[in-house]
Amino acid sequence: MALLELKGVSRHFGGVRAVDGLDLAVEPGQVFGLIGPNGSGKSTTVNLVAGLFPLTAGAIAFEGRSLEALPTHLRLQAGIARTFQNIRLFGQLSVWQNLWVAQNSPEDRARHGFLARWLGGQSGARDEILPLLEFSGLAHKRDELASNLSFGEQRRLELARAMATRPKLLLLDEPAAGMNSEEVGQLRERILSLRGRGVTILLVEHVMELVMGVTDRIAVLNFGQKIAEGTPAEIQADPAVRKAYLGGEAA
Amino acid sequence: MDFYFGLAQIIGVHTLIGLSAYIVLLTGQVSLAQAGFFAVGAYAAGMLTVLAGWAILPALAASALLGAAVACAVGFPALRVKGLMLVIATLAFGEGVRLFFFNFDYQVAKGGVKLGPLGGEGFRQIRYFPENGWTTMDVMLFIWAFVVLTMALLWWFDRSRYGAVLRAVGEDELAAQSVGLNLTAVKVSAMTVGGAIAGLGGGIYAHYTTHIEHASFGILLATFAIAYPILGGLGSVFGTLLAAVFVQGFLVEGLRFLGDWRNLLFGALIVVAMNVRPRGFLDAPTLLWLKRLFARTGGGSGAA
Repeated sequence: MALLELKGVSRHFGGVRAVDGLDLAVEPGQVFGLIGPNGSGKSTTVNLVAGLFPLTAGAIAFEGRSLEALPTHLRLQAGIARTFQNIRLFGQLSVWQNLWVAQNSPEDRARHGFLARWLGGQSGARDEILPLLEFSGLAHKRDELASNLSFGEQRRLELARAMATRPKLLLLDEPAAGMNSEEVGQLRERILSLRGRGVTILLVEHVMELVMGVTDRIAVLNFGQKIAEGTPAEIQADPAVRKAYLGGEAA
Repeated sequence: MDFYFGLAQIIGVHTLIGLSAYIVLLTGQVSLAQAGFFAVGAYAAGMLTVLAGWAILPALAASALLGAAVACAVGFPALRVKGLMLVIATLAFGEGVRLFFFNFDYQVAKGGVKLGPLGGEGFRQIRYFPENGWTTMDVMLFIWAFVVLTMALLWWFDRSRYGAVLRAVGEDELAAQSVGLNLTAVKVSAMTVGGAIAGLGGGIYAHYTTHIEHASFGILLATFAIAYPILGGLGSVFGTLLAAVFVQGFLVEGLRFLGDWRNLLFGALIVVAMNVRPRGFLDAPTLLWLKRLFARTGGGSGAA
């Protein structure tokens, strides 16, 4: 059974069909790439899965259960986490606090009592937060305000914050935007390491160097519709994809 | 000396209502309802000691609980709206409470005298402190004990995960939702704690003035409530205290010799203060600087 399944999903904004009859099935453990030209509906798809706005038509199921009735925060507690295209950290909170406030998974709620979870000090969450700081390479900046971090560090912190919710499915919305090629390489290692831990990833990305290197399967969107799906090699050879990206007639 | 004790009482009560707005402001909500919760607490505590013969502590506990309950009930519908809409909604609630007490009569004969709230006349003879022989200093210390307790509670919140969550919601609601936080629950909880603090402050206020009336709980008090934390800065609870001392101690009392010119200067000084320190007296960089200064001068243990 697919972990995430979209059936005939549509989202229209007025007359604009941002997503139009999209079918997707992301299998557990996969890194699933979602690519397409600007405005093809990739970010809208991520926002629909995260529950930012309702569907116009269609259905989304996570672990076989319909997501429609769940508000955003409950989808996250069900095991879906995300990062944002334009980084959205809590700038006036420290690095540690950014990870701390994200501990809302059922496991975390079961581990500590209600009072300890809400009114306990920072040290109560050490065991969970220190590994995340190591993972993101920010251990030496734990008390720094998030707004004082460099761009690359902010991206890493946002990924770690998403991991702090203990997701089964991670939605990454253009995580490599604005990164240089060395940083893209490090991001690639991180994504593969998450895959190794069994986290399923839906990756929206323009940087082909990253997409082709980490994904198991790719779907290509254009004008809200899926024009191709397959392995990275199949996608690279697909004439319809070339046409969408390069315009004009396929070579 | 009694003049200064009296001034300290006013500052203490105003600090409490400022703190009640502080915790709500942390979640990014501007509430003008705090004066309403304050009024509910004042009337409730007064009626409990005067009419029901309760002691002061249980009466204050009841007024805090009632303030919390009303704030929680108001919070659910009110927090569905944001920004200016929330300001208007909470303003309407505060005025509603004031007009309720303008029309509220509940008088009981006690030893030949009729006591209790009497509409526009107000609620006179809330004489628990004088009847029990408390001096002005006793009352002042009593008030400041509650101010210290409340500040300690909020300071603790600030260092806990709850405090970080409040600030996270205040900073970016979308991101807060996206890490699994329930916005409604967080905002209503802050409103409820704020309501408890305002209710407590109102209960204390009713007893030290001995006479309350609807006009004291209007828009002016609601404005003061949010002005203290904004002027003082949201970095720390001490900012609210500092602002209450500055406004009540310096602007209101210290400039009294200026007569009618005072109100003009009052407004101008607030404008100047907000221009010089747009993020309040105690903003994040100032706090960091103070923390380092404290650590260097060997304050040691407390600076962690």
